[in-house]
Amino acid sequence: MSFLLDVLTVAAISAGLFFFLAGSIGLLRFPDALSRLHALTKADNVGLGLVMLGLLPRADGLLAALKLVFVWLLVLLASSMVSQLVARVARRGGSPS
Amino acid sequence: MTVASTLALILVVLLLSVAAWTVVARQTFAAVVGFVAYGLLLSIAWVALSAVDVALTEAAIGSGLTGVLLIGASARLRVTEAAASPERPGALLRGLGALASAMVAGGIAASVLSLPEPAPTLAPAVAEHLPSIGLGNAVTVVLLAYRGIDTLLESIVVVFALIGVWSLAPDRVWGGYPGPRQYADPNGILAYLGRVLPPIGIIVGVYIFWVGADLPGGKFQGATILAAMWLLGMMAGLADAPPISRTWLRILLVAGPLLFIAIGFAGALTAGAVLAYPDGYAKLLIKVIEAALMPTLTLTLALLVAGRPERTARG
Repeated sequence: MSFLLDVLTVAAISAGLFFFLAGSIGLLRFPDALSRLHALTKADNVGLGLVMLGLLPRADGLLAALKLVFVWLLVLLASSMVSQLVARVARRGGSPS
Repeated sequence: MTVASTLALILVVLLLSVAAWTVVARQTFAAVVGFVAYGLLLSIAWVALSAVDVALTEAAIGSGLTGVLLIGASARLRVTEAAASPERPGALLRGLGALASAMVAGGIAASVLSLPEPAPTLAPAVAEHLPSIGLGNAVTVVLLAYRGIDTLLESIVVVFALIGVWSLAPDRVWGGYPGPRQYADPNGILAYLGRVLPPIGIIVGVYIFWVGADLPGGKFQGATILAAMWLLGMMAGLADAPPISRTWLRILLVAGPLLFIAIGFAGALTAGAVLAYPDGYAKLLIKVIEAALMPTLTLTLALLVAGRPERTARG
């Protein structure tokens, strides 16, 4: 059982790191603000979600595990809201070009 | 090389490069962004050193609140930045500045490196006396029991900073509302965030203040989160800061430090020294002081960001 959980941890965190890497490359390489935002939010949402999933079996106790999930949900909320706001500025032709 | 030391090395290289970027960046705004990233990296470094209290403070105040203040300052400077660039100091002056900074940094590095191994520490003495105070978090004990005078002066200095910001107000609007009135689409995304996040943030802020007795956390970090929630409400157009002439506001701004001073001087009578606590009452008095400082700090930090008065009290 603990071996399986270790495999889950390694697999999920590796997959999460891949999304962070892909998101960072997208942020640097994509041509305009909207597609860069798209790349960035993948890292935030899926990447962090997978890292959180990998850390869940290692949390000591149910409360700590719930805190991890809660942190992820808060980041989801913040990143989706902020990317909406940045996208709005970008569409109006504001500075983040 | 172990994994931990590799990670530490990567962190140090990142920290130094972001710090260098902050110094050499041409645009003020770019330098501010560098400074915020530097502060967040620095809080990761504090976590790596197991100084979670310092990390929380660095992230909340050093990077977050100071970052917002600097972004505001850089936005104000943007109009005059191009005009000011020909007035950059010459190569000689900049070279001298760089030399002086390098000497300070080198001096600090030399004195840290020349510390005996293990470095002299009072940590075991603090840990030994933790049970007699009744708190579990050694940092809170040091801040409020052993170095109470520092914490007292810190809490007064932020109020002075706010008075400094208010003093920039033109006479016409003295006593009025801080900052411009914010308008946002009441059905828009910012107003939604301004409604959803504060209930969560207020609980997190109070929780961080409350666990500060036994776990990493405390009044400064908690107050910064509460201030951020209030500022979010202001930015979303859902709340407004009070006019600075309100009496209740001014009472709350001085109440925390005043109570701290009163309890400190009472210590001279009941415990034999200023800022000492009588036996058995240390935990209670420390929590009373922290609870009294919370509203003061929350108001001060939020109003520092809200800025100088710009609208008259009548509207």
